[in-house]
Formats: sequence, C-alpha cells, structure tokens
Amino acid sequence: MEKRVTFSTTAIGLLFAAPMLLLIFVFFYWPSAQALYWAFTLEQPWGGGNRWVGFSNFRQLLEDPIYWQSVTRSFVFGISSTAISMGMALILALLTDRELAGHRLYRSVFIWPYAIAAPALGLAFRFILAPEAGLLSVINRVWPDLWNPALDGKDAMIAVIIAFSWKYIGYNFIFFLSALQGIPRALIEAAAIDGAGPMRRIRDIQLPLLTPTLFFLLIINITESFQDSFGIVDVMTQGGPARATELMVYKIYFDGFKGLDYSGAAAQSILLMLLVILLTIFQFRFIERRVHYK
Amino acid sequence: MVERTPVFNILCYLILTLGLAVALLPFAIVLIAATHDLKAVNTVPLPLVPGTHFWENMSAAWTRAHLGSKLLHSLIFATSVAAGKVALSSMAAYSIVYFRFPGRILIFWLIFVTLMLPLEVRIVPTYSIAANALQPFQTLLDVSGLTWLADTVFGLRIRLEWGLLNSYTGLILPLVATATGTFLYRQFYLTVPDELAEAAKVDGAGSFRFFLDMLLPLSRANMIALFTIMFVWSWNQYLWPLLITTDPEFGIAVTELKTLIPSEFGLPDWNVAMAGTLAIMSPPLLLVILMQRWFVRGLISTEK
Repeated sequence: MEKRVTFSTTAIGLLFAAPMLLLIFVFFYWPSAQALYWAFTLEQPWGGGNRWVGFSNFRQLLEDPIYWQSVTRSFVFGISSTAISMGMALILALLTDRELAGHRLYRSVFIWPYAIAAPALGLAFRFILAPEAGLLSVINRVWPDLWNPALDGKDAMIAVIIAFSWKYIGYNFIFFLSALQGIPRALIEAAAIDGAGPMRRIRDIQLPLLTPTLFFLLIINITESFQDSFGIVDVMTQGGPARATELMVYKIYFDGFKGLDYSGAAAQSILLMLLVILLTIFQFRFIERRVHYK
Repeated sequence: MVERTPVFNILCYLILTLGLAVALLPFAIVLIAATHDLKAVNTVPLPLVPGTHFWENMSAAWTRAHLGSKLLHSLIFATSVAAGKVALSSMAAYSIVYFRFPGRILIFWLIFVTLMLPLEVRIVPTYSIAANALQPFQTLLDVSGLTWLADTVFGLRIRLEWGLLNSYTGLILPLVATATGTFLYRQFYLTVPDELAEAAKVDGAGSFRFFLDMLLPLSRANMIALFTIMFVWSWNQYLWPLLITTDPEFGIAVTELKTLIPSEFGLPDWNVAMAGTLAIMSPPLLLVILMQRWFVRGLISTEK
C-alpha cells in the first residue's frame, strides 16, 4: 500500500528516520557484523589481534557433542512447551469464544501470566515445584524421592517446561481468541442452523480458519522459547543439574561471559541467529501463501 | 450462543474453571507463601489459608534485595525504553510512509530486518559494543584513514569513547533499537486518509507541522498501546540488564531476584523470597490488568 499524498523533501525525510537508523547501526548491524568476524577468527591469548581461522570455530563446535546436546535440549524444550501452551490456549480460547456467562472474567485472567517476568515466575515455580517445600513436595511425602528437580535432570527439564508453558498460555490465548472473534458470526450461525453441533463447528469451521494463526504462533513460540527461557533457566536450575537444562542461549551466556570464550560463543550466536532467521523466513513464506476466506 | 446445549455448556464451564485454577494457582501460592513465617512455609503440604506475617516478610525482602532503589531504577528504565520506542518508531514510520526519497525502500528493509533477531539471540556481539558505543565510528575513521589524516595534518588524535556499562543509556538504547513499534506505527499511518495530508498541505502545513499537529494526536490510542506493551516488556528484561549492570549499586529489580533464592545450605526462607517476587512482578501485572484493552491491542498489532 502506498500513500498518494507525500512530502518529497529528502533531507527532512531522512532526518525523521535518522535516530532509528543510528541506533540500529550501532546496536544491531555493527555488532552482528562483528560477531561474524569473531566467529571466523581466534583471539590470541597474549594480545596481538585476532588470527583468521576460517571455519575452524564452527568445525570445533559442530564436532562437540556437548553443543549438539544443548541444541537437542533446546528443541525438546521448545517443542514440548509450545505443544503444551498452544494446546491449552487453543482449548481455552475456543471455549471462551462461546461467550458463556463470565467470559469476560476468563478473558482477562488468562492473560495475566504473560505479564510476569520470566525470572520472577522462575522463582515462583522453583518454590512451587521444590522437592522439600511448596506444592509438589506432597508427592515426595507419598513416594519418597520421586520428584527432585535439583538432582534429577529429567525433573529439572519438566520443571522449566511447566514454568515456560504457563507463561505462554496467556500469550497464545490472546492471539487465538482474537482470531476466533474475527470469524464472522454468520458462518457459525449458518452451520448451527444446518444442524452442526459445537464440536463439529470447531472441527470444520473454526480450526481450518485458525491455521494461519496456528502457524504464526508455532514459529513465534519456538523462537521465544530460545530467548525468553534464559531467565527461567538461570533462576530455576542454572543449566543444571549436570547440564540437563543447558539450552542454547544459556550455553552462549555461560561460554561467552563465564568461560570467556568469545570466539566459541560468537560462533554459537551466528548459528542461533541463522536458525532464527530460517524460522522467520519460513514463517513469512507460509503467511504469504495463506488462504484468505473473506 | 446459537443453540441450547446444556450438557456441553457444563463441560465447558468445568474446563474453563480448571483453566482459571491453573492460571491463578501460582499467583495464589506466591501470595500465600508470602504471608507465612519460616516454619509454616516449609510445612508439607503448604497451608492454604494466608498467614499474618506479610509485612515482616515484605520488609525482609525489601532490605535484602534493596527493592527501594531497584524498583525505582526499574521504573526509570522501563518508562524510558517505552517512551524512546514511541518517539523513535513514530518518527521512523513517518519517514517511511509519508516521504518519497531515494533509498526509502532500503531504509524500510534495514529497519525491518531487526525484527528477526531479538537481543538475546545476538547477546555476545551486542555486549561487545557496551564497552565503547562509539567504537563503530572509531573503526570507520581508522579504516578510511581519517584518523591518520587528522593526526598528520592537524596533529589531532581522534579517540572516540563512550562506555555504557552501569549507565541508563547502556540499559536503554540497545533495547530501543528494534523495529517492533515502527511496524505498528506504519500500519496505523497507512489507515490515515490521504485527504487529511492533502488538506494540511493545502492549508500550508509543512511536514513537521502535519506530524506534530495531526498525526501524533490522531495516534494517541496507538501510543498508549505501544507504551503499555513496551513498559511490560522492558520491565521484564533480564539477560541484558544482568550483563550491563555489573555494579551492585546500580541494577534493576528483576535481576535482583537472584539474591532472593534461598541458598541450598542456608535457611529455606521461601516466605521472604515469595514476598520479593510479589513486589517485583506486581507493577507490570497491575499495568496489564488496568490497561488490558490497550495491552491486547498492542500485542496483536505489533506482532502481526
């Protein structure tokens, strides 16, 4: 879409864009370019600038089983939390959209979790899921040592997945509900008159019309699970026990800022950036091709 | 709804109530745990009625996490990021939508590519700039030979330095530097009727006047939505503030949560930890509850 009436003063036009351009140059493009440079070089231990090493940082990374474990874990984390939060959000949105009495209350409360900072809910869930106090400790009363996220890697992973999914139910709910409310009521009513029950209408009308939203949310949730998980992991498990919850961003943070391996961390950043770009392009392609029903 | 389905409705209510319980349970537990003393909070199962020690716990958390100053820092930080976002993105979108000049399409793409990579993903490179934000310009001058030129011709040594560690600028600027709001504003400007700009031009208004006196007042709803969502988003930032605020005196509330985690071999004083969590998570939660309409609207239109 283009404006018919415009101003054609180049200088003033550029002036309006200048502050934003300056900021993204300094804090986006330059650093990204520098990460590329670092990823292909190695810092000399006793100064003297960076030495060009080609793909050796990447080769080292890709041959490192610990790196691949962190990638696998990130996907396990991303896919399971996305499935849980999107599934629950979809059910809640479909039911809220029926506008039964009290739907305003549901609509506002389901959004609340999204307002909570990841580390804050990490701390809350650390208490709720703690083995010796809180809510789940009851399980250990009945079956001793069944649940212990501090020692058992699998439990720790489950704990961070629960915390993350809880936050994103609210987020997905907002998008599902708004998409559902965009479906013309006349369609639903016509189907009802033709004798389609609520479940049939969900299956044959609402779900097909939701597919663009579903795909959009799928990609957003997976990319968010790469980045917003950091606060939760850092507060709940610090990547432990024994790296069981060390996701990609956490590993970058740990290697780069605790281990001071800038070249390795830069190479990891580049790979993660590529992955996120690929996902985003995939999303754009799909959304462009989506079917319009109106 | 369109037909009578009493049995299905009851099922719906059951599921919705269950969902409500799941959504509210963590809030309830934080609240309840924050009102008990050390002994009660560690009993299994957790007592389900609030206790009477709320203010003690809160004041303990307040001093341990320095909440007085940290919450203030958070407030300044989140407000500035939100305000900066509104200002910069309304201007950048104005330039993209209302001006015709060579390179406009390039600028459009330069800005929108930044949507793809959130700060957490490119944290290592962005952090490198924090030591000296003027380093890009220094390098450009060095490479282009201007430094050498200034040195030999004028005897001037150019050393551009601007450290961002432990400063508000360092906290704020990198978070403002993304396209999130620009997209929202662009969408809005495109819906503004052309006749308005036409009328303004006929009446002799220049581009500044049109922007300040017509577009900005018209975009008030947009502004509130963007501000709300950006305030919540920046209040909840964690990784960037964690890296950039190395001085314990400086720093924001959310990174302070770590000091509240009960240590493994110390007192399991979850009551204090939960009181602190409550204080730190409340401001954005209150904002979302009060401004829900704007928040939802902003969220949906910034992401799409």
